[in-house]
Amino acid sequence: MSTKEQRERIELLQGTLDLLILRTLLLGPTHGHAIAKAIEFNSDEVLQVEQGSLYPALHRLIKRRWISAEEGTSENNRRAKFYRLTAKGRRQLAVETSKWDTLAGAISQILRPAEQEGES
Amino acid sequence: MKRRERMMDDLNRDIREHIEMETQDNIDRGMAPEEARYAAVRKFGNVTRVKEDTREVWSFAWLEQLGQDIRYALRMLRKAPGFTAVAVLTIALGIGATTAIFSLVDATLLHPLPYSQPEQLVRVEDDLPGVGAQDVGMSVPEWHDLQRSGIFEYVSLAVYGPVNLTGSSQPTRARYSGVAPNYFALLGVKPQLGRTFDPEDQTPGFTLEVLISDGLWKRAFAADPGILGKSLRLDNDLYTVIGVMPAGFHDPGRTTEQRNIEVWAAVGFAVPGRTPPLRNRRRTGAAAIARIKPGLTIAAAQSQLDALVASLQKEFPEDYPLQSAWTVRLVPLKETVVGKARQSLILLLGAVGLVLLIGCVNVANLLLARASARGRELAVRQALGAARKRLISQLLTEGLLLSLVGGLAGLAILLCARGFLVRLVPDSLPHLNDISISWGVLLFALGASLVAGAIFGVTPALHAGRADLTQALKQEGRGSTGSREQGRTRRVLVVTEFALSLVLMIAAGLLLRSFWDLLNVSLGFNPQNVMAVRTWLPEPNDPKTDIYGTPAQEAPFIRELLRRGRTLPGVEEIALGNRASIPLNHNPTQSPLVLEGREIQSKQPPLVETSSVTPDYFHLLGVTLQRGRLFGEMDNETAPAVAVINEAFARTYWPSGDPLGERLKLSPEDSSWTTVVGVIADARTESLVESSVPQIYTSLYQAPSQGASKELVIFLRGRLDPAATPVELREQVQAVNPELPVFGAQTLNDALSASLSERRFSMEMVGLFALTALLLAGLGIYGVISYIVSERTHEIGIRLALGAQSRNILRMVLRQGLGLAIAGAAVGLVCALILSHLMAGLLYGVRPTDPVTFAGVALLLIGVALLACYIPARRAIRVDPLVALRHE
Repeated sequence: MSTKEQRERIELLQGTLDLLILRTLLLGPTHGHAIAKAIEFNSDEVLQVEQGSLYPALHRLIKRRWISAEEGTSENNRRAKFYRLTAKGRRQLAVETSKWDTLAGAISQILRPAEQEGES
Repeated sequence: MKRRERMMDDLNRDIREHIEMETQDNIDRGMAPEEARYAAVRKFGNVTRVKEDTREVWSFAWLEQLGQDIRYALRMLRKAPGFTAVAVLTIALGIGATTAIFSLVDATLLHPLPYSQPEQLVRVEDDLPGVGAQDVGMSVPEWHDLQRSGIFEYVSLAVYGPVNLTGSSQPTRARYSGVAPNYFALLGVKPQLGRTFDPEDQTPGFTLEVLISDGLWKRAFAADPGILGKSLRLDNDLYTVIGVMPAGFHDPGRTTEQRNIEVWAAVGFAVPGRTPPLRNRRRTGAAAIARIKPGLTIAAAQSQLDALVASLQKEFPEDYPLQSAWTVRLVPLKETVVGKARQSLILLLGAVGLVLLIGCVNVANLLLARASARGRELAVRQALGAARKRLISQLLTEGLLLSLVGGLAGLAILLCARGFLVRLVPDSLPHLNDISISWGVLLFALGASLVAGAIFGVTPALHAGRADLTQALKQEGRGSTGSREQGRTRRVLVVTEFALSLVLMIAAGLLLRSFWDLLNVSLGFNPQNVMAVRTWLPEPNDPKTDIYGTPAQEAPFIRELLRRGRTLPGVEEIALGNRASIPLNHNPTQSPLVLEGREIQSKQPPLVETSSVTPDYFHLLGVTLQRGRLFGEMDNETAPAVAVINEAFARTYWPSGDPLGERLKLSPEDSSWTTVVGVIADARTESLVESSVPQIYTSLYQAPSQGASKELVIFLRGRLDPAATPVELREQVQAVNPELPVFGAQTLNDALSASLSERRFSMEMVGLFALTALLLAGLGIYGVISYIVSERTHEIGIRLALGAQSRNILRMVLRQGLGLAIAGAAVGLVCALILSHLMAGLLYGVRPTDPVTFAGVALLLIGVALLACYIPARRAIRVDPLVALRHE
C-alpha cells in the first residue's frame, strides 16, 4: 500500500492490516487515531502503519459488516467516529487468525527448515 | 449512492480529527506546534489518495468495470469501421423490421380495445347449428330478454349501412350505423364535443339525433366548433348533431367499413302503431354487443346465458324448433375485431424474428472471425492475468454495444420510414388503435437488441480463454488461435443460418403459391373492362315520402338509368344490381329462405345470399347459363316473380330433383311465391377462396332494393376511362334525380385485387423477409468459405505448385460450401416440415408440405450457396504458387 520508503520499519502485507484492525477492536470500540497508535505500540513500533491507509481499510471492513461505526467522544472531548467489532467480525477474526498462523508457520518452515527441525 | 456520500463526509471529518489528535500528541511530546502539525501530516500520508482509495471501497466495482469495458469496446469498434458498419447495419435492419412488425402486432393484438374496461365487452352471436347457420342476427324480443337477464350491464344492437348526406356541396354518402341508445354508454366512450345518447331513452323509431365522427366533422363541416345543434340531412330526414366523437374513436365493427362509421343515430328498434317485432324475425346484419356485469367472467356469463336460452326454447317452442338447435354465443369483442388477422400477424412476427435471428447468426460469425484475428490479443491479456470472466464480459459488452447501436439505428430508420410503412398496411387489417411507436414498442426494441446482442456476443465469448495460450503466443501476426474449434462453430453457424433461411423461404414460397393460385383461379365471371359505380336511393323514415318505395316506383327509375347509361362514351353493356350483386364485396345480403312444400321445416329458415339484378347482369359478367333461362325485360314489376340460382344453390336445396319451376320465398312474410327459372354456373363472386356458395338472384324490377340494400350498383362494360366515366355517369344520374350521390367507382379488377390485399401484404412481407434471409445466408457462407480459402492459401499454393488442376481446386472449395449448404437445407427442411402445418390456415390450394415448393426452395438456396462460394473459389485458383509459398 505504501510507496514511501521505510528503512527500519516493515511494510505490511496486503490484507494483514485488516487482521490487525480487527484484533485491536477486540479490546473495545475506539477511534481511528487510537487504532493506529495501538498497532504501532503493540508491535513495539516495528509495524508502522502509514496512518492514512487505515481509513480505506476501515471502510472496507464496514462494507463487509465486520465492524460498525458510531459517533462518539474521544478522551480529550473531541467528536470522533468510533469503530466496533461486530459478531460477524469476531468470527472473521478467528478465521483470519488461524489462517495467519498457518501461513506464518508455513513460511517460517520454508525459510528456516534446519532451525525448525533443531528446535523441535 | 447516498450512503457513499455520507461516508465520504464522515471521512473528511475523521481525517481532520486524526491529524489534530496526532498534532496534539506531538505537542504533548514537546514539539513546537508548527513542527508537530507538519509531522502529523507527514505521518498520515497522502490525504487525496486515502480519500480516493476509500471512495473506491464504496464504489460499484462492476459498474466501473462496465464503464471500462464499454470504453474499450467503443475503441475496438471504431478501429474496425468496416466490420462495425456491416454488423450495425445488419442489426439495424433486423431490429427495425422486427420492431415495425411488432408495432403492428401491438396495435392490433396486444393493445386492449380503446373502450373502458374492454375485457367485459362481448359480441353476442345467435347460431342455428341445426340448419348450418352462424351468427344469424338477433331479434328484438331476444334483445329485450338479454337486457332483462341480469347477466349484462348493457346489451346494445347496431345496424350498419350507408346514408346519403345532403346539404353539402355534393350529395355524399356517409357510413352510418343505427344503434340502440345505450351503445355509447356500453362502450364507455365520451365525445370530444357535446354528449352521447341517453342510455335510458325509450323513444320508438329514430330519435333524430346523431353523433358524428371526428373525420366527418373535419371533412364535411371544416371542424366547425359550433356544430352542436346544427341539422344534417340523412336520406332526406333532418337530424340534429348532438356530439362529435374524439379523433381515433372507431366503431368495434367487423369490417373496415363498419370500423370507420361516420354517423351514429339512436334507433329504438320499435315502430309505433305497428305490431311488435317478431321473435323469429332476426335483424340480419345487426350486431349485438354487450357489457358483462362487473365481476362476471365470460365463461360464467355464457353458462348463465345457456340456461336462459334453454328456458326460452321451452317457453317459445314455435319460434325455436328443436332441429335448428338455437344457441347464443358470447365472443370476446376483441376476438371478433382482430380474429382473422391474428394468424397472419403471428406469421409475420415469426418471419421477421427469423430474419433477426439470421442477422444475429451472421454478426456472430463476423465476431468470431474477428475473435480469431484477435486471438493473440486475448491470449496476451490472459497471460497477463486477465480472468476468463473478465474476457467474456469484455466480449459480451462488445456484442451488446454493437446490438444497442444497431437497435438505435434500426429505430431511427423506422421512425424515418414510418409514414411510408404505415401506408403499406392494408386498410383491412383491423386496428382500432393507431399504429404507433409506443413505449411498449420501444421496450420491445430494447429487449430485442439485448437478446440479439447476447446471442451473437456469447458465441465468441464462449471461445475466449479456451485457447491454448502457448500456441497462441507463439504464433506470429494474424493468429488463427483455436481455429479448429472456431472453424467448427462458424460452420455450425452457417448451417443454422441456412436452415433458418430455408424455413422462411418455404413459408414465403407457400404463400406465394397460394397467392398465385388465387390469382389464377377460374373465377366463373369476367372482371375485365367492368366498372361498378354506386348510387344510393334515400330511405326516409316515413315510408309515405319514399319516392322509390315500391317496384312500380323504382322500376321506371331503373329503366331510365339504364337508357341514359348506355349513351355514355365507351359503354358497351350496362346492368344494375343491388349492393349484394357486386362481386367480392364482402357485404353479403342474406335472406331467410322458405321453400314451397317445406314450410314447416322453414320455421327457422336457412339464410341464403341474395342479389337483385337487371337482366343484362349475367351477360355483362360473363356468367354462363346451365339450365332454364335468364331474366328478360318481361320479368318486370307486373309479371310473376322469378329467380335464378347457381348450381351450388341447386345442389344444396334440390340435391336430387330439378330446381326449375320450384317455388320459394325470400321472406316468410311475402304473400306470393317466386319461381326458379334458371340455373347458372358457380362463380366466385362471393369469395375468391370459396368456389361454391349457394346464391340466388331476383329481378331488380320485381324486388326493389330495401333496407340495407338500398344501394344501387351500376355495372358498365366497355372501353371506359376510369377518371371520366364516373363523372359522366354522375351527370346522367343527377339529371334524373339531383339528390342522388354517385360514389365508389371501382373497376372489378381493382375490387379483385383489393380482396386480396391482406394476403398480398403478408405474402410481400414474408417474401421480403425471405429474400433478406437468403441474402444474409449467402453473405454468411461467402464469409466462411473466404476465410477457409485464405487460411488454406499456403496449402493451395503447394497443390498448384505440385501440378494440381485449377478445376480440382475449384471443386475442392465448392464441395466445402456445398456440404454446408446441403446440411443447412436438410435441417431446414425438417424444421419446415414441422412448422409449415401451423400456417395451413393461410394457404390456398397448396398443402403445407407441398413437395414442389420444398424442393424448389432447397435448390434455390443451394444455388445461391454455390454462387456465394464461387467468388472465393475463383480467388483460390488464382493463387500464385510463388506468393503463396512465401506466405509463411
